[in-house]
Amino acid sequence: MDLTAKLKRLLDRGLFALSVLVVVSPAALVILWMLSLSMKTELENMEYPPVFLPGEFTLRNYVTVFENSPFGRYLWNSIVVSGLSTLVALLVGVPAGYGIAKAQAWRLAVLTLIARMTPGLSFLIPLYILFQFVGLVGTLWPMVIIHLVITVPIVVYVMISFFETLPPDLEEAALIDGCTAWQAFRHVALPLARPGIVVGAILSFIFSWNNFIFGAVLAGRETRTLPVAVYNVLTFEQVAWGPLAAAALIVTLPVLVLTVVIQKEIVSGLTAGSVKGG
Amino acid sequence: MVAQARAPSAAPGAPAGTAIDRRRQYYRFIYPALAIILAVIVFPWLFTLYMSVHEWKVGSAREFVGFDNYLKLAADQRFRESVGHTLYFTFLAVLLPLGFGTLAALVFHRDFPLRGLLRTIFILPMMATPVAVALVWTMMFHPQLGVLNYLLGLAGIPPHTWVYSPGTVISSLVLVEIWHWTPLVMLIVLGGLAAAPTEPYESAVIDGASRFQMFRYITLPLIMPFIVVAAVIRTIDALKTFDTIYVITQGGPGTSSETINIFLYLQAFAFYNIGYASAVVVVFFVLVVMLSLLLLYLRQRAKWT
Repeated sequence: MDLTAKLKRLLDRGLFALSVLVVVSPAALVILWMLSLSMKTELENMEYPPVFLPGEFTLRNYVTVFENSPFGRYLWNSIVVSGLSTLVALLVGVPAGYGIAKAQAWRLAVLTLIARMTPGLSFLIPLYILFQFVGLVGTLWPMVIIHLVITVPIVVYVMISFFETLPPDLEEAALIDGCTAWQAFRHVALPLARPGIVVGAILSFIFSWNNFIFGAVLAGRETRTLPVAVYNVLTFEQVAWGPLAAAALIVTLPVLVLTVVIQKEIVSGLTAGSVKGG
Repeated sequence: MVAQARAPSAAPGAPAGTAIDRRRQYYRFIYPALAIILAVIVFPWLFTLYMSVHEWKVGSAREFVGFDNYLKLAADQRFRESVGHTLYFTFLAVLLPLGFGTLAALVFHRDFPLRGLLRTIFILPMMATPVAVALVWTMMFHPQLGVLNYLLGLAGIPPHTWVYSPGTVISSLVLVEIWHWTPLVMLIVLGGLAAAPTEPYESAVIDGASRFQMFRYITLPLIMPFIVVAAVIRTIDALKTFDTIYVITQGGPGTSSETINIFLYLQAFAFYNIGYASAVVVVFFVLVVMLSLLLLYLRQRAKWT
């Protein structure tokens, strides 16, 4: 009796461990496969059956990526576009999130939600025409501006939910002491909001970084962001898998690292609303 | 910062003002963001409506044509097919991640060693850059050298054509979508499981309920609202899927994986039919809203009965 109970528990555990393995392995294997492709020689990449562990680990593919195209420049473009559009989103979005939470201006919150439902192309066509009309095409500015479509709603949304949970006692005390609303925000609420700001900043940076379609249409040869550059590697050059996988990893590695940094916040429910943009 | 310019206005001892006044103070915090939202979000919507009633090709004069673009769209065989592809793709790309995501949430709801680390690995796909994801899957789908056909071969299954034949292309793209977005569903449902009360389970154990019964009659009703939220988000995202489809197939072979979004992209930026493409945007948007409302309505009805 005792033994069968023990056996049953063991079996139960074994089955559970197996289900954990089944659940996690697709994510892990595809990412490891990308890593493997990027660190093998072209010879090994073209072998069949596929070679899983490289015979010798090489970083040659990564060097090739930077040699064959101005990848450093594209990396910089991505940093500028996502960095600036996130910065602007923080400057306007953090006070706005505070204001919306305090004034309970829910119609504005709904507006940003509808923005999330709209396909990215619907912003792209009018703004493309506008940028052509104004003559901004060919610089990084159109990219920075259109990425605000992604970053502003994310920051506003994250900040609304953050400021809603912040107890109002401290600011009210400040107001009674004669602070203006702005001073109460600046000196009381804002310092407390730092964790929320970090999460909003990282999420908005990630989704701006990941965006492909805005750059695919708006960017010229000099102003490509990384996802666009990687796509061009695929279409225009001799398709070599090693450099391709290396390029893909360079693009997505910063995002994966940031995800690990804020995984707790992602898990604790920021997903339920509206984080994904574009 | 507009609000910064305000000097401290309320003199000590002055009446604090009514609640409305106080709320109005906070509007000033919103104006800068509102200005940006009006410029890059609301203006494009209105401009799209305006363009959609014009015959407008880039580089030539525009002409008011009323609802002609919409009528033309209704008769466009290629557009109708793209609607069909989109609905088929969306149906699968919502249903399957919902199922897998719920199962994964049940797994991650239990406590086990390394849970935090494994959960982080599990959610990496949903944050990964779609273009990078699409590239890796393109290589995995390769008919001769792809690792997927090799794995099928190990299991004794003949090679598959994946994205290279019209019959299997959409279901192969759904596979990428499942890989990409199951984590999002998992996280939402996991939130639901964490919020569920424990008492019903205790009494069910006393009553001798089986594990499946507990799932079916206790867990599932409790997490249903979360599954519906996940379904709405997933529906919106699946309808809008662009990056992975465009990078992997560009709508091909032929037009067999051309969804509304791809059709829209080609009309706007390959053929430069701006007016026509704008009409597609409007129709597309209506479709997204209608499907989301339908799901929310179904949820309400499920609550009432």
